[in-house]
Amino acid sequence: MSDIPLVPETAGLMAVPESHAGALSWVATVDHKRIGILYLIVAFFFFGVGGLEALLMRIQLARPNLHFLSPGAFDQLFTMHGTTMIFFFAMPVLTGAANYLVPLMIGSRDVAFPRLNAMTLWLLVFGGLLLYFSFLAGGAPDVGWFSYAPLSEKPFSTNLGVDYYAIGLLVAGIGSVLAAINLVVTILNLRAPGLSIRRLPLFVWMVMVTQIMILLALPALNVSLCMLLIDRLMHGHFFVPMAGGSALLWQHFFWSFGHPEVYIVILPAFGMISEVIPVFSRKPIYGYEFVAASTVAIGVLSFGVWAHHMFAVGLGHSFDIMFAIGSMLIAIPTGVKIFNWIATMWQGSIRFTTSMLFAVGFLLMFTIGGLSGVSLAIFPVDWQVTDTYYLVAHLHYVLFGGTVMAFFAGLYYWFPKVSGRMLSERLGQWHFWLTLVGMNMTFLDQHILGLLGMPRRVYTYPNLPDWATLNMISTIGAFVLAVAMLILLWNVAVSLRSGEPAGDNPWGAWTLEWATTSPPPPHNFELVPPVRSRRPLWDLQHPEDPDWKREHH
Amino acid sequence: MQPSSPLNPDSPQAQAIAHLFVIVLIALAVIFVVVASLVLIASFRYRQRPGAALPRQNFGSTKVEIAWTIPPILLLVFLFVVTVQAMRRSDPWPGNRAPDLVITAHQWWWEAQYPAANVVVANEIHIPTDRAMLVRLQSADVIHDWWVPQLGRKMDAVPGHPNHFWIEADVPGTFLGTCAEYCGLEHAWMRIEVVAQPPAEFQSWLAAQQVIPPPPAGGDAAAGAKLFDQFTCINCHAIAGTPARAAIGPDLTHFASRETLASGRMPNTPENLARWLTDPQTIKPGVNMPDFHLTAEQVRLLVAYLETRR
Repeated sequence: MSDIPLVPETAGLMAVPESHAGALSWVATVDHKRIGILYLIVAFFFFGVGGLEALLMRIQLARPNLHFLSPGAFDQLFTMHGTTMIFFFAMPVLTGAANYLVPLMIGSRDVAFPRLNAMTLWLLVFGGLLLYFSFLAGGAPDVGWFSYAPLSEKPFSTNLGVDYYAIGLLVAGIGSVLAAINLVVTILNLRAPGLSIRRLPLFVWMVMVTQIMILLALPALNVSLCMLLIDRLMHGHFFVPMAGGSALLWQHFFWSFGHPEVYIVILPAFGMISEVIPVFSRKPIYGYEFVAASTVAIGVLSFGVWAHHMFAVGLGHSFDIMFAIGSMLIAIPTGVKIFNWIATMWQGSIRFTTSMLFAVGFLLMFTIGGLSGVSLAIFPVDWQVTDTYYLVAHLHYVLFGGTVMAFFAGLYYWFPKVSGRMLSERLGQWHFWLTLVGMNMTFLDQHILGLLGMPRRVYTYPNLPDWATLNMISTIGAFVLAVAMLILLWNVAVSLRSGEPAGDNPWGAWTLEWATTSPPPPHNFELVPPVRSRRPLWDLQHPEDPDWKREHH
Repeated sequence: MQPSSPLNPDSPQAQAIAHLFVIVLIALAVIFVVVASLVLIASFRYRQRPGAALPRQNFGSTKVEIAWTIPPILLLVFLFVVTVQAMRRSDPWPGNRAPDLVITAHQWWWEAQYPAANVVVANEIHIPTDRAMLVRLQSADVIHDWWVPQLGRKMDAVPGHPNHFWIEADVPGTFLGTCAEYCGLEHAWMRIEVVAQPPAEFQSWLAAQQVIPPPPAGGDAAAGAKLFDQFTCINCHAIAGTPARAAIGPDLTHFASRETLASGRMPNTPENLARWLTDPQTIKPGVNMPDFHLTAEQVRLLVAYLETRR
């Protein structure tokens, strides 16, 4: 029988001294749900800004030799597009989702350190403001999101853009590390009784691995940015070859952060997929242990493959071989996940809600990106296609086809929980199909452009055969994507106002967040259900066939 | 001209990579077809039918997990083996050999020296078709990257870290390339032209590069030579046979023999040269050569002079 008291004693509980009405209450909030929503709003805002930056670049590149943007403006745009999308969209959108969902999914009342949580949000906001302030202070950074030395150093970059980049990212980076501490402590310490680590929902598991990776990787970036600032502002020369420093050292340091970073922005997305596919297939996730273990494998391996971003630098064949082995190996745990997701669908009873459509789209698009990644690990191929549009195609398939599509699957899945209303399925269909078509129009042809010799980070190009046509198709695709995103925005706005009321558990899902109202009360749960397996709500709904009676629980 | 594509190889090095690339593309395409088919079949075959019962709650099987993990591992082992083979063929170890060609990347042009022949050229590099030349690649400022897809791998030009690669062509022809590492404002127009010539033609080209064109006898060209000296052009550009010795901008000794101007920005014609001299910043904004505010007459004379530097 359950050893949890069925009626909580409220007499000893302290009321949280926090108001819940008015705009100011949002600014001062320490409630993880509100902080999570604010993270998402900030992330969406920067997604829009980054998207606009992309559209401007695609206009300039639609035809050869256009003069829509000067080279200086274009260089600032591609730098800001990359920096914004990685640091101010992808990381915050996933951290925000984690912030909102993790306490609910583990049956806890809030995160371990609510005020620290609020601080990390505001560090993100101010980091972003600092970065963008550069436009008003003489020019945004224009040396690429990866800011290679010595181009990023004083002799070659004299305006303040790179300084704002470094300081803005430092501020946001400190926030990321603090948020990681918060989430790890929360997951380790605040789980409901019965919720052992082996029973964690996979989204929570993947968030945990990701946050540990952040703890290990972000400091590498933070330190590198400090060294860059010392070079630029205090006449240091860590990375200035003319003064005895090393340009390659910057690359090693940056990619030691940068490679784990790309797994940091995909693992929580994998977690969302791992929640969505089982629910809409009406089956448990196939191979839970293998999906969980492969996550740890990816986390560990991701720290050993950084120099696959440096295959063309001339490190020597031994180095190249070593990093190729690691990079090829990391494909295995990723492939294991894909197979497990497909096996979850297999012999299921699949409902194609918009959420599930995005999950299936993710499976196809991310696989393309993952496979082009394998081709890049095969470094003689990389010697030809790195730094070309082939690589731009690869990274957008894994980031847009991967992170963004998985996030949309999660958005349509959890929006009812967060807001109490369903998103429109009709608008969702439009959003999905336009995204799928737009994404492929924009990025599939970029593989070909790379294979025809077009390098990346160029503000224009010569009128070589087919370059103009392929670039034009890519530009049109970008505008199709923009329309799709506007439809999403419309869907969110309309549904918040008059969407169908959701109820506690509109999808018949099985994890703890669905055991409370939509939206949850400030304290999350009146009563946390007993947890004896990975699917506590399934156990409650199917007392004759609970998971804990089987071997796997 | 054939597309400047890695899949259009014209050297043994590029051929080795293309061969590998085709194997890899086929393997990956097969995997994608398998995965996509499974996804689509599952989507159609197992979509929810009205009144359907709850499906069997299948939690997984260790045997199945092992079964589908082994084939990818085996495939990767195979790919690794062919990778190392291609690595050796496309990028042979240079050993301690002295380079045949020293290429120095600048913002935003390429300097090339043939040390044995004491020849310095800019942007347009000639090679013979009968042998591989060892290139030493370095940078005068930031990181650049040499990439001529039909001839082989790309290689970064890193200040403080010289690199080596082989350059060779199976057939005569002009091969287009580009800088492939973002290096600042005019990265887009730091293009490369490699002209591969049969051995005899290459030798005569090299010999012609060793000849120093005499100073112009008189007329517009001589007046232009005087302006070249007067307008501080010699602060950046070298012309053999004159006091101009600086190596900040491209060497102009044989300027008129080159096919393109401003590192592949436009064809090298007197009209384009006039446009360039009138204001380089309108053609390649941000280039290190400033607008000298020359009058049309001064431009005309300078063009006349530079056209004699063949």
